[in-house]
Amino acid sequence: MAGTHVYTDYHPRWLRRHVSTYWWLEKWAYFAFILREATCLFVAWFVAYLLLMIGAVVGGADTYLRFLDWSASPWVLTLNAASFLFMIYHAITFFVAAPQALVVHVGRRPVPAQLVLAGHYLAWAAASALVVWVLTRP
Amino acid sequence: MQDRITLQVARYRPEQESDITFEEHDVPCPKDWVILDGLNHIKDRIDGTLSYRWSCRMGICGSCGMTVNGEPKLTCATFLSDYAPGPVRVEPLRNFPVIRDLIVDIGDFMQKLVRVKPWLVREVEKPLTEGEYLQTPDELDEYKHYSMCINCMLCYAACPIYGLDSKFIGPAAIALAQRYNFDNRDQGSGDRMAVLSEHEGIWGCTFVGECTKVCPKHVDPAGAIQRYKLTAALETMKSFFLPRGA
Amino acid sequence: MTPSHDVVMVGGGGAGLRAAIEIAETNPRLKIAVVSKVYPMRSHTVSAEGGAAGAIAPDDSLDEHAYDTISGGDWLCDQDAVEAFVKEAPQELLRLEHWGCPWSRERDGRIAVRPFGGMKKMRTWFAADKTGFHMLHTLFQTSLKYTSVVRYDEWFVTRLLVDDGRVHGVIAIDLKSGKIEAITARAVILCTGGLGRVFPFTTNAAIKSGDGMALAYRAGAPLKDMEFVQYHPTGLPFTGILITEAARAEGGYLINKDGYRYLQDYNLGQPHAEPVFRSMELGPRDRLSQAFMKEMEKGRTVETPYGHVVHLDLRHLGAKKIDAKIPFVRELCMKYQNLDPVKDLIPVRPVVHYMMGGVHTDINGATPLPGLYAAGEAACVSINGANRLGSNSLPELLVFGARAGRAAAEYASHDFPLNPRVFAQKTDEHRRLEHDLLNRKGRERIADLRDEMQKTMEESAGIYRNGSSLTQGVEKMRRLQERYADVAIEDHSKTFNTERVAALELAFMLDVAEAMLSAAARRDESRGAHQRTDFPARDDKRFLAHSLAYRTNDGSTRVEYLPVTITRWPPGERVYGEAAPHAGPHHLASSAVSSGARV
Repeated sequence: MAGTHVYTDYHPRWLRRHVSTYWWLEKWAYFAFILREATCLFVAWFVAYLLLMIGAVVGGADTYLRFLDWSASPWVLTLNAASFLFMIYHAITFFVAAPQALVVHVGRRPVPAQLVLAGHYLAWAAASALVVWVLTRP
Repeated sequence: MQDRITLQVARYRPEQESDITFEEHDVPCPKDWVILDGLNHIKDRIDGTLSYRWSCRMGICGSCGMTVNGEPKLTCATFLSDYAPGPVRVEPLRNFPVIRDLIVDIGDFMQKLVRVKPWLVREVEKPLTEGEYLQTPDELDEYKHYSMCINCMLCYAACPIYGLDSKFIGPAAIALAQRYNFDNRDQGSGDRMAVLSEHEGIWGCTFVGECTKVCPKHVDPAGAIQRYKLTAALETMKSFFLPRGA
Repeated sequence: MTPSHDVVMVGGGGAGLRAAIEIAETNPRLKIAVVSKVYPMRSHTVSAEGGAAGAIAPDDSLDEHAYDTISGGDWLCDQDAVEAFVKEAPQELLRLEHWGCPWSRERDGRIAVRPFGGMKKMRTWFAADKTGFHMLHTLFQTSLKYTSVVRYDEWFVTRLLVDDGRVHGVIAIDLKSGKIEAITARAVILCTGGLGRVFPFTTNAAIKSGDGMALAYRAGAPLKDMEFVQYHPTGLPFTGILITEAARAEGGYLINKDGYRYLQDYNLGQPHAEPVFRSMELGPRDRLSQAFMKEMEKGRTVETPYGHVVHLDLRHLGAKKIDAKIPFVRELCMKYQNLDPVKDLIPVRPVVHYMMGGVHTDINGATPLPGLYAAGEAACVSINGANRLGSNSLPELLVFGARAGRAAAEYASHDFPLNPRVFAQKTDEHRRLEHDLLNRKGRERIADLRDEMQKTMEESAGIYRNGSSLTQGVEKMRRLQERYADVAIEDHSKTFNTERVAALELAFMLDVAEAMLSAAARRDESRGAHQRTDFPARDDKRFLAHSLAYRTNDGSTRVEYLPVTITRWPPGERVYGEAAPHAGPHHLASSAVSSGARV
């Protein structure tokens, strides 16, 4: 930061460089981080959408059908598709980070990071399988 | 295998200028040369006024951290030829005030280090006549990697939170606190909790994770911080539900 | 307002920090300052790798540690000091453990020890192969507890304040501002380490320029045993980075270009598959480096673009042992030599590593100059004599850092009047450092003078020396001193002027280099690390004595002698290999394992 400081003996001015508002564009790693943080917006949208869906179901067959029509409109479809992708990204980045934060001990030995990671994916798969079964049973 | 490479070196002369300027120098580039060899070549043969810190040249003292082509690196452990054809841009470490040329002030870290009480805290000291505190190799492994920190400050330079808010206590300080928290001989985790649980303590971290990526000693400060978030959260819940102690 | 303290430590490494903690604990009302030209965690203690010796195994004894040290030092060690050292070493190492040092352990949780060069028993405590790093960081972090320790980080001491035959403090440059200050003190402890950088090829960091030794020398204190420079047998070519002796202690072999374990040709015993105490690769460093030179003369070393080397073979140790016991060695080889010791041979050659000599002190760290103390590599007590055994210097920092701290604290608890004329020295120094150095033209580049000094030292005072190379060396050094008067400093700024620092360090190095060469030229015998081709035998009649190098008024060196203190070990033969005086080949497999640090 250029200034008009005049040096006085034995009092050098230290240069403090400001971080740009667009710091997150400087490195791919920073950008990926911001994207990860941004997934929270899409999570919020999904929650809102779910609440709207519940409201539509409760309102009866007509409201539900209107809801489905509305869901089919291009912008809702695009938004939901994008949200789905961001949710996957959210889950994966969360899982990848988990072993660093979650160091579990069995007896005296720590559980290897791979197992912690695998555990997350298994739990996700199991929960998804349960949901699929609930939706597709006759 | 090229012979020479261009080094673009940042200069800051506070007695004459008020901002950083860049100078270009052409230096030899044998395969064994690290960035530091290039800087020494400039200082010894071309321009004696270039100022920078270095000492051990083997990646253990932590003096020579600088920004190389945008990334924080130990210049004694980074090879020039890896940047061929060049140019290689060498700047002072980010997020610290620059005193002169490639030298930054790390006084902020030195103060923060003291605050986390990075020493063995005992309620009762064992007399020397009773021998050592027992510590199995497994117990040593619990904190060993946190003890490898060479205080090189690359993690602070990589941390965008520290860059935006220098009140954040920062990765290395927390990793060093955890080094003692996980040491089975230490009884001071309670003493460290207040400082670590401050707003600018662990809660300032949003797990960008760059600190762990740039750490040359595989200390994993990001892991240390997230683990402490769990610890602190559990402590808060315990004190909420069991106010008279668990 | 001149900063004023009771005790000032110059240097913030292992010895300086240990001294500071000792004073803070025993005398909390004394005002202590640690003045260091680098942040303490950058001190060169940080790069020590192999370990620190302290006799704790049930089959070990203090006397055996003493004998190994004294014979390792070719009987130039002061035996009263060695006896105190071996007794206090285990206590100090245990104290460090209580402060949190992460010593490597046996499975049951007790301190582990490993074998080391020149030692008959396993007594080297270790923290993987980063022992110095862990010791320094433990000391530094522990020192943060004490508010009576004030630190002056990145203050470069240029001169001792001496008046009326006593030391009254130091003058230093605060590097970040360029301000020149007098820091007065009742006692000063020099803990500035060694001087490897007077040689061209060294394990030592850039900061090792013999500062404290030169400061003492200029103030009239003598430098002792300056002719004894240790070449560590295994440094990486080009960088000089140290490959720790622990690699050999864990079983590594040294082989020449024919794959032959050549040490067996040099009275160091017979090769066995497992390491044998005081034999072959676990012999003393001076003998191993000398063996390399002889192999080179015979044409049996490997020629590389960076000089002749032999090979360190660790392949038979296996990845598991290497990663457990010497992981840093593996990292360093992969990074700086692009090879993996698990499957490749490591090229190594002797490299300047340690200075046995230093500021002459007594057993409590006191120099002959009242108020001036020294500890660590900067001092010469002497416990290392003519050759230091590996893993003795880290405990030396602790034992003598603590002793010097106590002695200085005791001295500083008496008041001495400070004559205001001491401040005239500060005005003089200010003029020299600012007006003279920062305003000169000069024609000699610092790097050129430094290169020539290093070349002269290597040629005149290498592993093998002779009278004429040494006297020529002294002459060349005098001429370099004269040329130094015309040194060029391009950087005329005050803020963090590292060129001025380099010039001042060069002046320190020229002073100690000349003392080294003068002392070596006078010692007409071969002993330990000082090998004269014109006087190949040890001469106890004339030279069972320490050399004392004094600075004369015309800048040259006057050498006197001080007899060695002998208590219980009369001078004998240094014997290594199976003929060593303890019964039979003592294989590691059969020796008892440490069962705890009872001190």
